[in-house]
Amino acid sequence: MNAPDGLPILEARGLTRRFGGLVAVDDFSFAVREGAIHGLIGPNGAGKTTTFNVISGFYAPTAGQVLYRGRDISGRKTSALAAMGLVRTFQGSTLFQEFSVLDNARVGRHLGARSGFLSRLLGADRASEAEADARARDALAFFGLEDLADEPVSNLPHGHQRMLGMAVALAAEPKVLLLDEPFTGMNPEETRRMMELVRRIRDDGVTVMLVEHDMQAVMNLCDIITVMNFGALLVEGAPDEVRNDPAVIEAYLGSATGNGGSGNGGSPNGGANGAGDAA
Amino acid sequence: MPDPAVAAPADGPVRRSFGRLRLVFLFAALAVLPYLLSYSQQEIAVLLVINVLLVSSYRLLTLTGEWSLGHVVIMGVGAYASALLAKRLGVPVPLSLLIGGCMAAGTAAILSFPLFRMKGFYFLIGSFAAGEIIRLIWKRFTDPFGGPKGLKRIDAFPDIDTGFLSIDFYEPVNYYFLALVVVSASLFVLYRIERSRIGLTFHAIHWQDRLAESVGVDTFRYRTLAFVIASFFAGIAGGLYAHYVGAVNPTRFSVDQMVYVLVWAIVGGTATFHGPILGVVVLTVINEMVLRGLGLDTARPLIYGAILILSVLYLPDGLESLGPRLRAWLQRRRGGPAAAGGEAA
Repeated sequence: MNAPDGLPILEARGLTRRFGGLVAVDDFSFAVREGAIHGLIGPNGAGKTTTFNVISGFYAPTAGQVLYRGRDISGRKTSALAAMGLVRTFQGSTLFQEFSVLDNARVGRHLGARSGFLSRLLGADRASEAEADARARDALAFFGLEDLADEPVSNLPHGHQRMLGMAVALAAEPKVLLLDEPFTGMNPEETRRMMELVRRIRDDGVTVMLVEHDMQAVMNLCDIITVMNFGALLVEGAPDEVRNDPAVIEAYLGSATGNGGSGNGGSPNGGANGAGDAA
Repeated sequence: MPDPAVAAPADGPVRRSFGRLRLVFLFAALAVLPYLLSYSQQEIAVLLVINVLLVSSYRLLTLTGEWSLGHVVIMGVGAYASALLAKRLGVPVPLSLLIGGCMAAGTAAILSFPLFRMKGFYFLIGSFAAGEIIRLIWKRFTDPFGGPKGLKRIDAFPDIDTGFLSIDFYEPVNYYFLALVVVSASLFVLYRIERSRIGLTFHAIHWQDRLAESVGVDTFRYRTLAFVIASFFAGIAGGLYAHYVGAVNPTRFSVDQMVYVLVWAIVGGTATFHGPILGVVVLTVINEMVLRGLGLDTARPLIYGAILILSVLYLPDGLESLGPRLRAWLQRRRGGPAAAGGEAA
């Protein structure tokens, strides 16, 4: 599944992002293999979300590079990255709440439904729009949302809204899908289903990178896990290696006591007793 | 607030032909209208038709979520450009009108580089500042803009004289029909844009610009596109105004006039295509028929302000929401509690 020249599909080299005096991401490097499900975890405030925002073009890096198929893409616009196949999702129910479910997915087809200004005006884009419509419905069907196509989004329960967020991203036909906390707020049944769907997306040839707090899901789903702490790389490896790494355990336990035991970060050993994390 | 323009399911053939029938009646009524009006009322009707285009073009910009305070100045760019082209360079008036629209669009394209680095309130203030700069240029450079006094004796539309048919566009009735044709064609284009994927994308940027960007929508380009199209039609409205009235000056395009556009749009409502048109028509009728009749027209800003406050308080979704509300209310009365849920959504 590796790229022909052996390059990783997505790579960060010495990535740094400062906000004033705060160094959110500090000389952080990682590489995502093509066809992998790659997890990015770390205690609260480790810099995961900032890393995600830099990779997906919302922030330019202060220093360092982001490489996509070996090309430097640091600081490019999010829309330009989407055109190259790098598409992200958002935490929570970031959707076009005022639209119908289908129209959300139709916006996701933006890049696939190109047409000139005049042909839009004259209605000559009918064929490409019909195709966009069909593809949007396919994306909804993948997540079992096809029967809700004409519902307003605001009527959907939270779990369905999370699914729709993924459907919008999938409609854009990504090569690399960046998932920002895809399991947050889902019940165990929904989490299990979503994990199954993420695997199917990967099997369809999409590389997946995700940030997630639900340790059980991360450990069961990911092929490789990068652990961040204080904006820098702590450990990287397969789930079993990461789970038993003393540095990881210390980072999480330290953070847990620091948080007064809020448990939001969860324990890396959550695979054994992490049911509470899914809540 | 669900947006009917986007959220509404596809119209059935019955509803569509019903809609077409309504449109035929509307145009029939508009064709008869000037003959029922006095001469001065006909003049007001011409300005009203022009203002319909002004406020409808403004709505296209608001689809992306940005409210500008420079729209009337952009209208002025079209007016000045078309007037100068006709006066100084002898460009035939229908053509100068089109070029005036393009100049307004070009001005917007240039302004979008500084302005769309801002959003929301900052964009509003930025657009105001940009508009004032343009107005100061008109005032400062007497040649060619005529300074504070502006331009006078602007060429009118050339008369059409084919022997047996002759149309003199100094006549308000004739200019009314000319403006009606231009404005109807423009509204049709604006409507098509909104119903196409371009309109969907504008709405998407309004509600979640980050999500739109993440699936490949270049939000800067689309905001610019909305601004440019809106400005083109504002420029056309400006040209129609200049060649009708025959004079333009910087005060005519001041922020006072912009406030009226905002009041029309807000009182009418901006969720639907017809909302702002409803606003400008109703407020003009109130202004010209009622206030003038009562001799209260000097109190116009006061009364407009009161109408704005009342409508924001008691009709926050604008006049456009009256129809659906009335229908829901009638249905409740007729069908009792069983039918209550149906149409109200």
